[in-house]
Amino acid sequence: MAKDTFAVPELTPYIEVPKIQPGAMAHSAPFKAKEEFQTPLGYPGERVEDWQKKAIAKMGELLGKYRSLRVYLDACVKCGACTDKCHYFLGTGDPKNMPVGRQDLMRKVYRRYFTLAGKLFPKLVGAVDLTEEVLNDWYSYYHQCSQCRRCSVFCPYGIDTAEISMAAREIMDSIGVGQKYCNEIIGKVYKVGNNLGLPGPALRDTLQGIEEDVYESTGVRVRYPIDEVGAEILLVTPSADFFAEPHIDGLIGYGKVFHEAGVSWTLSSYASEAANFGMFIGSYENMRRIALRIREAAIQLKVKRIIFGECGHAWRVAYSFLNTLAGPWDFLDPRYPVPQHICEFTYDLIQQGKLKFDKSENDDKVITFHDSCNVARASRMGDMPGGQFEIPRAIIRATCNHFYDMDEETIRDRTFCCGGGGGLLTDDLMELRVKGAKPRMDALNNVMQEKGVTHMVAICAICKTQFSKVMPYYGMEMDQVLSLHQLVSNAIVLTRRTDDEEMQDDLDDAD
Amino acid sequence: MAFLTNFYAFLFYFAAFVLLAGLTRKIIQYAITPAPLKIPTTPAPTTRWGVVLRMVREVVLFESLFRGNKWTWIFGWTFHFGLFLVTLRHLRYFIEPVPYVIQLIQPFGIYGGIAMVIGLAGLWSRRFLVDRIRYISAYSDHLMLALLLGIGCTGLLMKFFFHVDVVEIKTFFQGLYRYEIQPLPADPLLMLHLLLVAVLMIIFPFSKLLHAPGLFFSPTRNQVDNPREQRHIASWAKKLEH
Ligand code: HEM
Ligand code: SF4
Ligand code: SF4
Repeated sequence: MAKDTFAVPELTPYIEVPKIQPGAMAHSAPFKAKEEFQTPLGYPGERVEDWQKKAIAKMGELLGKYRSLRVYLDACVKCGACTDKCHYFLGTGDPKNMPVGRQDLMRKVYRRYFTLAGKLFPKLVGAVDLTEEVLNDWYSYYHQCSQCRRCSVFCPYGIDTAEISMAAREIMDSIGVGQKYCNEIIGKVYKVGNNLGLPGPALRDTLQGIEEDVYESTGVRVRYPIDEVGAEILLVTPSADFFAEPHIDGLIGYGKVFHEAGVSWTLSSYASEAANFGMFIGSYENMRRIALRIREAAIQLKVKRIIFGECGHAWRVAYSFLNTLAGPWDFLDPRYPVPQHICEFTYDLIQQGKLKFDKSENDDKVITFHDSCNVARASRMGDMPGGQFEIPRAIIRATCNHFYDMDEETIRDRTFCCGGGGGLLTDDLMELRVKGAKPRMDALNNVMQEKGVTHMVAICAICKTQFSKVMPYYGMEMDQVLSLHQLVSNAIVLTRRTDDEEMQDDLDDAD
Repeated sequence: MAFLTNFYAFLFYFAAFVLLAGLTRKIIQYAITPAPLKIPTTPAPTTRWGVVLRMVREVVLFESLFRGNKWTWIFGWTFHFGLFLVTLRHLRYFIEPVPYVIQLIQPFGIYGGIAMVIGLAGLWSRRFLVDRIRYISAYSDHLMLALLLGIGCTGLLMKFFFHVDVVEIKTFFQGLYRYEIQPLPADPLLMLHLLLVAVLMIIFPFSKLLHAPGLFFSPTRNQVDNPREQRHIASWAKKLEH
């Protein structure tokens, strides 16, 4: 932290809209992808000769493929309702981080090349040529959008800046101007199977370690299987769940829930990643290629159901896009939605009275819940609209005695992004991540002061990683963020089975 | 006088053509451009009827804007509702015989005109007073408000201070239906009012006024939240599957 050259914002008791500070974040841009990270995704290794022409052509192509882009570039009336809704604007004051300011970076080019008014009277309607300078702005500010869609909630036409950021990144990738973090990671999925590049043997090792730890602490033999053909459920979870705190505690929780449900399940080393960064770079083709791995794994392992672990954008791709990208899923059990969220699974068991909890196990904590943006505004859980808010909260209430929500204006569909979504969870964007977390940190700090909240629960791998990293900047502890299924894991009362005793005897004999 | 009448007759033929052809072109363009992915802003309705209801709330109440910014909502809604009433009131020039509802609405049309001007003034003042909105405003955003304000003010002036012969105006517009050019009263205020209206009609399909049709095509608002139940796939994406 000592190396950081920026000032961490002061926390405030309510949302303060800053005065605009043009250029405040113009210096922020992530590392560019080198050739080795561009080519596996099908993009040029470096910026192409006639990049300007190619970019405009690509833009034309996307305008014909995405109604969202077409309509949103036309429809904005500059009413300003979105201007104070983006956490990156609230944290930095840079007007190009106002959603409409961000959109305008593309809109002014669109107007110049694709509208009559912009061709005839560019000055009048604020249309500009796609110059080097504009491209730099694109690279900088389209990588200051976490695609959280908070702006789209308040816009009278639902203009979703995420759609524009995605298109911009796709255009830039197509002319060889890609972002290292996202593109390198997608390459790892193609090569190894997950974002972290953990090979099968490492996964098996980790899972075996987890089995031993859980047995040691509970005396119950909970299994964490991988690549088991014929299991009923395929669990697809973000690879962070195999790797780091607090993610891994969530994975431990999923296993315990499956154990109590008495269902067979398996992970897959081939589809060992729920995340799909293809969405972040706006690439339908790459998103589809990643999603198809899950289909292949489901077929190979002959499973009947697919369940996703805790991850925000992964759940968006799973819930909203998986059927489109990798469906139809007619070979799976039609009694269950495809895919399901682990929270839906756990919640159903709770409803059926199949899980027993000792809530006092979580009595050392006072909990609040962070709605992850992609779950909140781009997907659903359960049968009812808004189930994505109620189901996780119901699970918290079933497993904890002390729970308080943060300020209403900062939760549910008005939730603030953690500041690290959308492919920005990289060290080269640390200033942006810290400043963008401010609105969430404000709200968290307030419930900490007012209600004595000690921990914030999240259901997203990116949120968990981001919070662990930025909370210390705001004087909090990195372990104040928890996985939801960590609470489940703590409180669940496991049923002992006969083979558990036998194993215990074996161990005793060995002593 | 004949020259002016002829000019305005031609102008309104032209403006009506541009408005209709331009809007039709845009609507067709929006309609045929696929939305390849399900992207409703959730929580979203899970049925078609739910979506219709959501859309009605957006069009009639500006629901999202209400959540977003109360001042803009108050001024924006006042302006649009005023504009709506004014438009209804003006139908008396274009329909013969004048339907009963349109007769009933006449006095409200006048309040509508006043509301419209107040709303526009409020919206315009925000473009100067709020630094964020000042930053995002292009000349065209100011001119658009000036244009509408110009239409509203000239209209109200004719209503309250400088009366014109409305029967003759009606005869003029009715004549246009039959390609007959009837004399238009040579009133400078009326000339200005009609000129601004024609300009508005002409720029409509080329400007941000496309927000009106655009709203109905916005995928975040018009999609049903049912991606797990129904496979949604665009034709260009389908081609990738082979
Ligand atoms: C389906 C019909 C329409 C809907 C739902 C609609 C909705 C809206 C909304 C929600 C706004 C943003 C708030 C505001 O700034 O007022 C807006 C702005 C605007 N609308 Fe409409 N509108 C419609 C039709 C029209 C028409 C027919 C016109 C003009 C002939 C118009 C002119 C404008 C203008 C000029 C603005 C920008 C105001 C500003 O600069 O702040 N609208 N509209
Ligand atoms: S999608 Fe989120 S990050 Fe992007 S502009 Fe909108 S509010 Fe900001
Ligand atoms: S809320 Fe929507 S219409 Fe208003 S300025 Fe923002 S993007 Fe444009």
